[in-house]
Amino acid sequence: MLERIYKAQTTMDTACKTLGRQINIMEVCGTHTVSIFRNGIRSTLPRQLKLLSGPGCPVCVTDQSYIDIVLQIADRDDCIIATYGDMIRVPGKGGSLEKNTKANVKIVLSSEDALQLAKDNPGKIVVFVAVGFETTAPATAVVVKEAAEQNIGNFCILSGHKLVVPAMRALVSEKNHNIDAFLCPGHVSVIIRYGAFTEIVEHFSRPCVVAGFEPMQIIEGLAEICRQLTAGKAELTSVYKAAVTEQGNTTAQKIMAECFEEADGYWRGLGKIEKSTLKLRDKYSQLDALTRFNITETPGEDTSGCRCGEVLCGLIEPPECGLFKNSCTTENPVGPCMVSSEGACAAWFKYGPER
Amino acid sequence: MCLAIPARIVELEKDNAVVDAMGNRWRAKTTLLPEAKLGDLVLIHAGFAISLVDEEEAKETWQLLAEIADFDETSDKISG
Repeated sequence: MLERIYKAQTTMDTACKTLGRQINIMEVCGTHTVSIFRNGIRSTLPRQLKLLSGPGCPVCVTDQSYIDIVLQIADRDDCIIATYGDMIRVPGKGGSLEKNTKANVKIVLSSEDALQLAKDNPGKIVVFVAVGFETTAPATAVVVKEAAEQNIGNFCILSGHKLVVPAMRALVSEKNHNIDAFLCPGHVSVIIRYGAFTEIVEHFSRPCVVAGFEPMQIIEGLAEICRQLTAGKAELTSVYKAAVTEQGNTTAQKIMAECFEEADGYWRGLGKIEKSTLKLRDKYSQLDALTRFNITETPGEDTSGCRCGEVLCGLIEPPECGLFKNSCTTENPVGPCMVSSEGACAAWFKYGPER
Repeated sequence: MCLAIPARIVELEKDNAVVDAMGNRWRAKTTLLPEAKLGDLVLIHAGFAISLVDEEEAKETWQLLAEIADFDETSDKISG
Protein backbone atom coordinates (compact mmCIF):
# COMPACT_ATOMS: atom_id res chain seq x y z
CA MET A 1 0.00 0.00 0.00
CA LEU A 2 2.75 2.46 1.01
CA GLU A 3 4.65 1.66 -2.14
CA ARG A 4 1.58 2.49 -4.24
CA ILE A 5 1.10 5.78 -2.42
CA TYR A 6 4.79 6.66 -2.84
CA LYS A 7 4.63 5.87 -6.55
CA ALA A 8 1.51 8.03 -6.97
CA GLN A 9 3.10 10.93 -5.11
CA THR A 10 6.20 10.76 -7.30
CA THR A 11 4.01 10.91 -10.42
CA MET A 12 2.18 13.97 -9.03
CA ASP A 13 5.45 15.71 -8.10
CA THR A 14 6.80 15.09 -11.59
CA ALA A 15 3.70 16.67 -13.16
CA CYS A 16 3.99 19.78 -10.98
CA LYS A 17 7.68 20.19 -11.85
CA THR A 18 7.16 19.54 -15.56
CA LEU A 19 4.23 21.95 -15.92
CA GLY A 20 5.76 24.52 -13.58
CA ARG A 21 2.37 25.95 -12.64
CA GLN A 22 -0.68 25.18 -10.54
CA ILE A 23 -2.59 22.10 -11.69
CA ASN A 24 -6.36 22.23 -11.20
CA ILE A 25 -8.18 18.91 -11.04
CA MET A 26 -11.92 18.87 -10.53
CA GLU A 27 -13.51 15.98 -8.69
CA VAL A 28 -16.98 15.92 -10.19
CA CYS A 29 -18.67 13.68 -7.66
CA GLY A 30 -19.85 14.72 -4.20
CA THR A 31 -18.93 11.30 -2.84
CA HIS A 32 -15.36 11.93 -3.98
CA THR A 33 -15.37 15.30 -2.21
CA VAL A 34 -16.41 13.71 1.07
CA SER A 35 -13.89 10.87 0.77
CA ILE A 36 -11.09 13.32 -0.07
CA PHE A 37 -11.80 15.40 3.04
CA ARG A 38 -12.49 12.49 5.38
CA ASN A 39 -9.26 10.78 4.45
CA GLY A 40 -7.15 13.93 4.54
CA ILE A 41 -6.06 13.42 0.94
CA ARG A 42 -5.60 17.14 0.20
CA SER A 43 -2.85 17.48 2.77
CA THR A 44 -0.83 14.70 1.11
CA LEU A 45 -0.80 16.35 -2.33
CA PRO A 46 1.93 18.59 -3.74
CA ARG A 47 1.22 22.26 -3.03
CA GLN A 48 0.84 23.07 -6.70
CA LEU A 49 -1.89 20.48 -7.16
CA LYS A 50 -5.27 21.95 -6.41
CA LEU A 51 -8.51 20.01 -6.14
CA LEU A 52 -11.75 21.73 -7.10
CA SER A 53 -15.08 20.32 -5.92
CA GLY A 54 -17.41 20.23 -8.89
CA PRO A 55 -21.16 20.14 -9.52
CA GLY A 56 -21.55 16.47 -8.63
CA CYS A 57 -23.89 16.69 -5.69
CA PRO A 58 -27.53 16.55 -6.87
CA VAL A 59 -28.77 18.61 -3.94
CA CYS A 60 -26.18 21.34 -4.55
CA VAL A 61 -26.96 21.82 -8.23
CA THR A 62 -30.73 21.88 -7.84
CA ASP A 63 -31.90 25.34 -8.84
CA GLN A 64 -33.77 27.47 -6.35
CA SER A 65 -36.77 27.59 -8.69
CA TYR A 66 -37.15 23.80 -8.38
CA ILE A 67 -37.24 24.05 -4.58
CA ASP A 68 -39.81 26.83 -4.87
CA ILE A 69 -42.03 24.59 -7.01
CA VAL A 70 -41.73 21.78 -4.44
CA LEU A 71 -42.74 24.25 -1.71
CA GLN A 72 -45.63 25.49 -3.83
CA ILE A 73 -46.95 21.94 -4.22
CA ALA A 74 -46.28 21.22 -0.54
CA ASP A 75 -48.75 23.96 0.35
CA ARG A 76 -51.61 21.97 -1.15
CA ASP A 77 -53.80 20.03 1.25
CA ASP A 78 -54.31 17.17 -1.20
CA CYS A 79 -50.61 16.29 -1.64
CA ILE A 80 -47.92 14.32 0.11
CA ILE A 81 -44.34 15.17 -0.83
CA ALA A 82 -42.08 12.11 -0.97
CA THR A 83 -38.41 13.04 -0.97
CA TYR A 84 -34.91 11.71 -0.36
CA GLY A 85 -33.78 13.04 3.02
CA ASP A 86 -31.06 15.31 1.60
CA MET A 87 -33.60 17.68 0.08
CA ILE A 88 -35.68 18.71 3.07
CA ARG A 89 -33.29 21.36 4.37
CA VAL A 90 -32.51 23.04 1.05
CA PRO A 91 -33.84 26.59 1.18
CA GLY A 92 -35.90 28.12 -1.59
CA LYS A 93 -37.25 31.68 -1.53
CA GLY A 94 -40.07 30.67 0.79
CA GLY A 95 -38.14 28.55 3.29
CA SER A 96 -37.47 24.81 3.17
CA LEU A 97 -39.59 21.66 3.39
CA GLU A 98 -38.27 21.12 6.90
CA LYS A 99 -39.41 24.57 8.05
CA ASN A 100 -42.75 24.45 6.27
CA THR A 101 -44.86 23.07 9.09
CA LYS A 102 -47.97 22.83 6.97
CA ALA A 103 -46.33 20.59 4.41
CA ASN A 104 -47.03 16.89 4.46
CA VAL A 105 -43.54 15.53 3.83
CA LYS A 106 -42.37 11.93 3.95
CA ILE A 107 -38.74 10.93 3.61
CA VAL A 108 -38.19 7.90 1.38
CA LEU A 109 -35.11 5.80 0.75
CA SER A 110 -36.10 4.76 -2.75
CA SER A 111 -38.51 5.63 -5.53
CA GLU A 112 -40.32 2.35 -4.79
CA ASP A 113 -41.13 3.64 -1.31
CA ALA A 114 -42.67 6.75 -2.87
CA LEU A 115 -44.89 4.68 -5.15
CA GLN A 116 -45.89 2.48 -2.22
CA LEU A 117 -46.85 5.62 -0.32
CA ALA A 118 -49.26 6.47 -3.15
CA LYS A 119 -50.77 2.98 -3.01
CA ASP A 120 -51.20 3.30 0.76
CA ASN A 121 -52.78 6.77 0.56
CA PRO A 122 -55.38 6.66 -2.23
CA GLY A 123 -56.99 9.89 -1.00
CA LYS A 124 -53.82 11.95 -1.56
CA ILE A 125 -51.60 12.75 -4.53
CA VAL A 126 -48.04 11.62 -3.81
CA VAL A 127 -45.45 13.83 -5.51
CA PHE A 128 -41.99 12.29 -5.70
CA VAL A 129 -39.14 14.82 -5.61
CA ALA A 130 -37.04 13.06 -8.24
CA VAL A 131 -33.51 14.42 -8.07
CA GLY A 132 -30.15 12.89 -8.84
CA PHE A 133 -27.88 12.06 -11.72
CA GLU A 134 -27.83 8.97 -13.92
CA THR A 135 -27.37 6.76 -10.86
CA THR A 136 -30.81 7.69 -9.54
CA ALA A 137 -32.80 8.47 -12.69
CA PRO A 138 -33.25 4.79 -13.73
CA ALA A 139 -34.84 4.06 -10.33
CA THR A 140 -37.35 6.85 -11.01
CA ALA A 141 -37.99 5.46 -14.50
CA VAL A 142 -38.82 2.05 -13.02
CA VAL A 143 -41.63 3.47 -10.86
CA VAL A 144 -42.90 5.75 -13.61
CA LYS A 145 -43.41 2.69 -15.81
CA GLU A 146 -44.90 0.75 -12.91
CA ALA A 147 -47.36 3.55 -12.05
CA ALA A 148 -48.41 3.85 -15.69
CA GLU A 149 -48.87 0.08 -16.11
CA GLN A 150 -50.82 -0.25 -12.87
CA ASN A 151 -52.88 2.91 -13.50
CA ILE A 152 -51.93 4.49 -10.22
CA GLY A 153 -53.60 7.87 -10.65
CA ASN A 154 -52.48 9.53 -7.43
CA PHE A 155 -48.75 9.42 -8.13
CA CYS A 156 -46.57 11.86 -10.03
CA ILE A 157 -42.96 12.99 -10.12
CA LEU A 158 -41.24 16.36 -10.28
CA SER A 159 -38.19 15.56 -12.37
CA GLY A 160 -35.06 17.38 -11.32
CA HIS A 161 -32.82 14.68 -12.79
CA LYS A 162 -29.60 15.90 -14.32
CA LEU A 163 -26.89 14.60 -16.62
CA VAL A 164 -23.23 14.76 -15.66
CA VAL A 165 -21.51 15.14 -19.02
CA PRO A 166 -23.39 18.31 -20.21
CA ALA A 167 -22.36 20.02 -16.95
CA MET A 168 -18.71 19.09 -17.51
CA ARG A 169 -19.00 20.42 -21.06
CA ALA A 170 -20.47 23.72 -19.80
CA LEU A 171 -17.66 24.04 -17.26
CA VAL A 172 -14.74 23.60 -19.64
CA SER A 173 -16.31 25.44 -22.57
CA GLU A 174 -17.38 28.58 -20.73
CA LYS A 175 -17.54 28.61 -16.93
CA ASN A 176 -14.01 27.77 -15.88
CA HIS A 177 -11.20 27.43 -18.40
CA ASN A 178 -8.67 26.69 -15.67
CA ILE A 179 -9.81 23.12 -15.10
CA ASP A 180 -6.99 20.89 -16.33
CA ALA A 181 -8.67 17.52 -15.84
CA PHE A 182 -11.59 15.66 -14.30
CA LEU A 183 -11.73 12.88 -11.75
CA CYS A 184 -14.96 11.28 -12.94
CA PRO A 185 -17.68 9.72 -10.79
CA GLY A 186 -17.46 5.95 -10.42
CA HIS A 187 -21.05 5.05 -9.71
CA VAL A 188 -22.52 7.26 -12.45
CA SER A 189 -20.11 5.53 -14.83
CA VAL A 190 -21.46 2.14 -13.74
CA ILE A 191 -24.72 3.22 -15.41
CA ILE A 192 -23.66 5.39 -18.34
CA ARG A 193 -20.43 3.44 -19.18
CA TYR A 194 -17.13 5.20 -18.94
CA GLY A 195 -16.99 5.91 -22.65
CA ALA A 196 -19.59 8.62 -22.01
CA PHE A 197 -16.74 11.00 -21.11
CA THR A 198 -15.02 10.59 -24.51
CA GLU A 199 -16.35 13.94 -25.72
CA ILE A 200 -14.65 15.84 -22.89
CA VAL A 201 -11.36 14.15 -23.71
CA GLU A 202 -11.56 14.50 -27.48
CA HIS A 203 -13.18 17.93 -27.92
CA PHE A 204 -11.75 19.71 -24.92
CA SER A 205 -8.46 17.82 -24.43
CA ARG A 206 -9.03 17.30 -20.72
CA PRO A 207 -7.92 14.01 -19.17
CA CYS A 208 -10.87 12.13 -17.64
CA VAL A 209 -10.16 9.37 -15.14
CA VAL A 210 -12.95 7.34 -13.58
CA ALA A 211 -12.36 6.36 -9.96
CA GLY A 212 -14.28 4.73 -7.13
CA PHE A 213 -14.35 6.45 -3.78
CA GLU A 214 -11.80 4.45 -1.79
CA PRO A 215 -8.85 6.67 -0.89
CA MET A 216 -6.34 4.52 -2.80
CA GLN A 217 -8.45 4.76 -5.95
CA ILE A 218 -8.71 8.52 -5.63
CA ILE A 219 -4.95 8.86 -5.14
CA GLU A 220 -4.18 6.57 -8.07
CA GLY A 221 -6.81 8.37 -10.19
CA LEU A 222 -5.11 11.70 -9.48
CA ALA A 223 -1.73 10.16 -10.28
CA GLU A 224 -3.06 8.84 -13.59
CA ILE A 225 -4.26 12.36 -14.45
CA CYS A 226 -0.82 13.72 -13.56
CA ARG A 227 0.88 11.10 -15.72
CA GLN A 228 -1.21 12.27 -18.69
CA LEU A 229 -0.59 15.95 -17.99
CA THR A 230 3.18 15.34 -17.80
CA ALA A 231 3.05 13.55 -21.15
CA GLY A 232 0.89 16.34 -22.62
CA LYS A 233 -1.89 13.87 -23.34
CA ALA A 234 -5.62 13.70 -22.63
CA GLU A 235 -6.99 10.20 -22.34
CA LEU A 236 -9.99 8.44 -20.92
CA THR A 237 -9.04 5.81 -18.37
CA SER A 238 -10.60 4.07 -15.42
CA VAL A 239 -8.97 2.98 -12.19
CA TYR A 240 -12.35 1.63 -11.09
CA LYS A 241 -12.41 -1.57 -13.09
CA ALA A 242 -14.39 -3.64 -10.59
CA ALA A 243 -17.82 -2.23 -11.43
CA VAL A 244 -17.46 0.03 -14.48
CA THR A 245 -17.83 -1.80 -17.77
CA GLU A 246 -17.48 -0.86 -21.40
CA GLN A 247 -21.27 -1.01 -21.95
CA GLY A 248 -22.44 0.30 -18.58
CA ASN A 249 -25.80 -0.92 -17.32
CA THR A 250 -27.77 -1.28 -20.55
CA THR A 251 -31.04 -2.16 -18.77
CA ALA A 252 -30.83 1.11 -16.84
CA GLN A 253 -29.91 3.06 -19.99
CA LYS A 254 -32.88 1.60 -21.87
CA ILE A 255 -35.48 2.29 -19.20
CA MET A 256 -34.14 5.82 -18.74
CA ALA A 257 -34.41 6.48 -22.48
CA GLU A 258 -37.90 5.00 -22.59
CA CYS A 259 -39.27 7.30 -19.87
CA PHE A 260 -37.20 10.45 -20.23
CA GLU A 261 -35.97 12.77 -22.94
CA GLU A 262 -33.13 15.26 -22.67
CA ALA A 263 -34.20 18.85 -22.12
CA ASP A 264 -32.52 22.21 -21.49
CA GLY A 265 -32.53 22.95 -17.81
CA TYR A 266 -31.32 25.15 -15.00
CA TRP A 267 -28.47 24.36 -12.64
CA ARG A 268 -27.59 26.30 -9.56
CA GLY A 269 -24.52 28.31 -10.35
CA LEU A 270 -24.17 27.08 -13.90
CA GLY A 271 -27.41 28.57 -15.20
CA LYS A 272 -29.17 27.11 -18.22
CA ILE A 273 -27.40 24.17 -19.84
CA GLU A 274 -28.52 22.64 -23.11
CA LYS A 275 -29.87 19.11 -22.97
CA SER A 276 -28.67 18.64 -19.42
CA THR A 277 -31.83 17.54 -17.62
CA LEU A 278 -34.30 14.70 -17.97
CA LYS A 279 -37.95 15.44 -18.68
CA LEU A 280 -40.69 12.80 -18.81
CA ARG A 281 -41.68 11.83 -22.33
CA ASP A 282 -45.13 12.92 -23.52
CA LYS A 283 -46.60 9.45 -23.12
CA TYR A 284 -45.96 9.76 -19.38
CA SER A 285 -47.16 13.37 -19.06
CA GLN A 286 -49.96 12.33 -16.68
CA LEU A 287 -47.20 11.43 -14.23
CA ASP A 288 -45.45 14.79 -14.60
CA ALA A 289 -46.16 17.08 -11.63
CA LEU A 290 -45.52 20.18 -13.80
CA THR A 291 -48.31 19.14 -16.19
CA ARG A 292 -50.62 17.90 -13.46
CA PHE A 293 -50.49 21.15 -11.47
CA ASN A 294 -49.97 23.38 -14.52
CA ILE A 295 -46.72 24.88 -13.26
CA THR A 296 -44.02 26.59 -15.34
CA GLU A 297 -40.48 26.72 -14.04
CA THR A 298 -39.20 30.30 -13.91
CA PRO A 299 -35.63 30.61 -12.71
CA GLY A 300 -35.13 33.36 -10.19
CA GLU A 301 -32.19 35.30 -8.85
CA ASP A 302 -30.69 34.12 -5.60
CA THR A 303 -30.46 37.25 -3.52
CA SER A 304 -29.14 35.71 -0.31
CA GLY A 305 -25.50 36.54 -1.09
CA CYS A 306 -24.79 32.81 -1.27
CA ARG A 307 -21.87 31.99 -3.59
CA CYS A 308 -22.55 28.25 -3.98
CA GLY A 309 -22.68 28.75 -7.74
CA GLU A 310 -19.06 29.92 -7.89
CA VAL A 311 -18.03 27.12 -5.53
CA LEU A 312 -19.66 24.55 -7.84
CA CYS A 313 -17.73 25.89 -10.84
CA GLY A 314 -14.46 25.68 -8.93
CA LEU A 315 -14.05 29.47 -9.17
CA ILE A 316 -13.82 30.09 -5.43
CA GLU A 317 -13.27 27.97 -2.34
CA PRO A 318 -15.97 28.01 0.36
CA PRO A 319 -14.06 30.26 2.83
CA GLU A 320 -14.01 32.97 0.15
CA CYS A 321 -17.79 33.34 0.52
CA GLY A 322 -18.73 36.00 3.05
CA LEU A 323 -21.50 33.86 4.51
CA PHE A 324 -19.26 30.83 5.19
CA LYS A 325 -19.08 30.09 8.93
CA ASN A 326 -20.79 33.44 9.58
CA SER A 327 -24.47 33.22 8.74
CA CYS A 328 -24.05 29.90 6.88
CA THR A 329 -23.23 26.85 8.98
CA THR A 330 -24.18 23.17 8.89
CA GLU A 331 -26.70 23.93 11.66
CA ASN A 332 -28.23 26.84 9.76
CA PRO A 333 -27.30 26.49 6.11
CA VAL A 334 -28.01 29.27 3.63
CA GLY A 335 -26.90 27.49 0.48
CA PRO A 336 -27.21 23.92 -0.79
CA CYS A 337 -23.46 23.20 -0.65
CA MET A 338 -23.72 23.61 3.12
CA VAL A 339 -27.01 21.68 3.40
CA SER A 340 -25.83 18.53 1.68
CA SER A 341 -23.43 16.25 3.48
CA GLU A 342 -21.73 15.87 0.10
CA GLY A 343 -21.47 19.60 -0.53
CA ALA A 344 -18.10 21.32 -0.71
CA CYS A 345 -19.06 23.93 1.92
CA ALA A 346 -20.19 21.26 4.40
CA ALA A 347 -16.95 19.32 3.83
CA TRP A 348 -14.84 22.44 4.43
CA PHE A 349 -16.93 23.30 7.46
CA LYS A 350 -16.65 19.84 8.99
CA TYR A 351 -13.12 18.81 8.05
CA GLY A 352 -11.34 22.04 7.01
CA PRO A 353 -9.27 24.04 6.94
CA GLU A 354 -7.17 22.01 4.60
CA ARG A 355 -5.12 23.07 1.70
CA MET B 1 -26.09 10.64 -2.89
CA CYS B 2 -24.36 8.77 -5.67
CA LEU B 3 -22.77 6.41 -3.19
CA ALA B 4 -23.70 2.82 -3.88
CA ILE B 5 -23.17 0.14 -1.28
CA PRO B 6 -22.10 -3.43 -2.02
CA ALA B 7 -24.40 -6.06 -0.58
CA ARG B 8 -25.15 -9.75 -1.05
CA ILE B 9 -28.53 -10.95 -2.30
CA VAL B 10 -29.78 -13.29 0.42
CA GLU B 11 -33.39 -13.59 -0.73
CA LEU B 12 -34.82 -13.14 -4.20
CA GLU B 13 -38.33 -13.43 -5.56
CA LYS B 14 -38.84 -12.01 -9.06
CA ASP B 15 -37.18 -8.58 -8.76
CA ASN B 16 -37.71 -8.26 -5.02
CA ALA B 17 -34.55 -8.94 -3.06
CA VAL B 18 -33.34 -8.84 0.50
CA VAL B 19 -29.69 -7.83 0.62
CA ASP B 20 -27.08 -8.02 3.35
CA ALA B 21 -24.07 -5.82 4.00
CA MET B 22 -22.03 -6.35 7.14
CA GLY B 23 -25.03 -7.96 8.85
CA ASN B 24 -27.43 -5.17 7.95
CA ARG B 25 -30.34 -6.37 5.86
CA TRP B 26 -32.77 -4.40 3.78
CA ARG B 27 -35.09 -4.74 0.79
CA ALA B 28 -33.92 -3.84 -2.70
CA LYS B 29 -35.08 -4.26 -6.28
CA THR B 30 -33.18 -6.05 -9.05
CA THR B 31 -35.28 -4.54 -11.87
CA LEU B 32 -32.24 -2.73 -13.27
CA LEU B 33 -30.03 -5.80 -13.03
CA PRO B 34 -32.12 -8.71 -14.33
CA GLU B 35 -29.08 -11.03 -14.44
CA ALA B 36 -28.65 -10.83 -10.65
CA LYS B 37 -28.98 -14.18 -8.88
CA LEU B 38 -29.35 -15.34 -5.30
CA GLY B 39 -25.97 -15.11 -3.58
CA ASP B 40 -24.56 -12.46 -5.97
CA LEU B 41 -22.72 -9.43 -4.67
CA VAL B 42 -24.26 -6.28 -6.12
CA LEU B 43 -23.95 -2.50 -5.77
CA ILE B 44 -27.13 -1.04 -4.30
CA HIS B 45 -28.04 2.56 -5.00
CA ALA B 46 -31.25 4.20 -3.76
CA GLY B 47 -32.90 0.83 -3.26
CA PHE B 48 -31.89 -0.67 -6.61
CA ALA B 49 -29.11 -3.07 -7.60
CA ILE B 50 -27.17 -1.36 -10.38
CA SER B 51 -24.19 -3.63 -11.00
CA LEU B 52 -22.45 -6.84 -10.03
CA VAL B 53 -19.34 -6.34 -7.97
CA ASP B 54 -16.48 -8.66 -6.99
CA GLU B 55 -15.68 -9.90 -3.50
CA GLU B 56 -12.48 -7.90 -3.14
CA GLU B 57 -14.14 -4.61 -4.10
CA ALA B 58 -17.03 -5.28 -1.72
CA LYS B 59 -14.67 -6.04 1.17
CA GLU B 60 -12.67 -2.86 0.55
CA THR B 61 -15.84 -0.77 0.60
CA TRP B 62 -17.23 -2.45 3.71
CA GLN B 63 -13.94 -1.88 5.49
CA LEU B 64 -14.01 1.78 4.49
CA LEU B 65 -17.62 2.18 5.62
CA ALA B 66 -16.75 0.62 8.98
CA GLU B 67 -13.82 3.03 9.33
CA ILE B 68 -16.04 5.99 8.48
CA ALA B 69 -18.59 4.84 11.08
CA ASP B 70 -15.80 4.57 13.68
CA PHE B 71 -14.42 7.94 12.64
CA ASP B 72 -17.82 9.63 12.84
CA GLU B 73 -18.44 8.12 16.24
CA THR B 74 -15.05 9.30 17.52
CA SER B 75 -15.48 12.70 15.91
CA ASP B 76 -18.92 13.08 17.51
CA LYS B 77 -17.47 12.13 20.88
CA ILE B 78 -14.68 14.67 20.53
CA SER B 79 -16.88 17.49 19.28
CA GLY B 80 -19.83 16.54 21.47
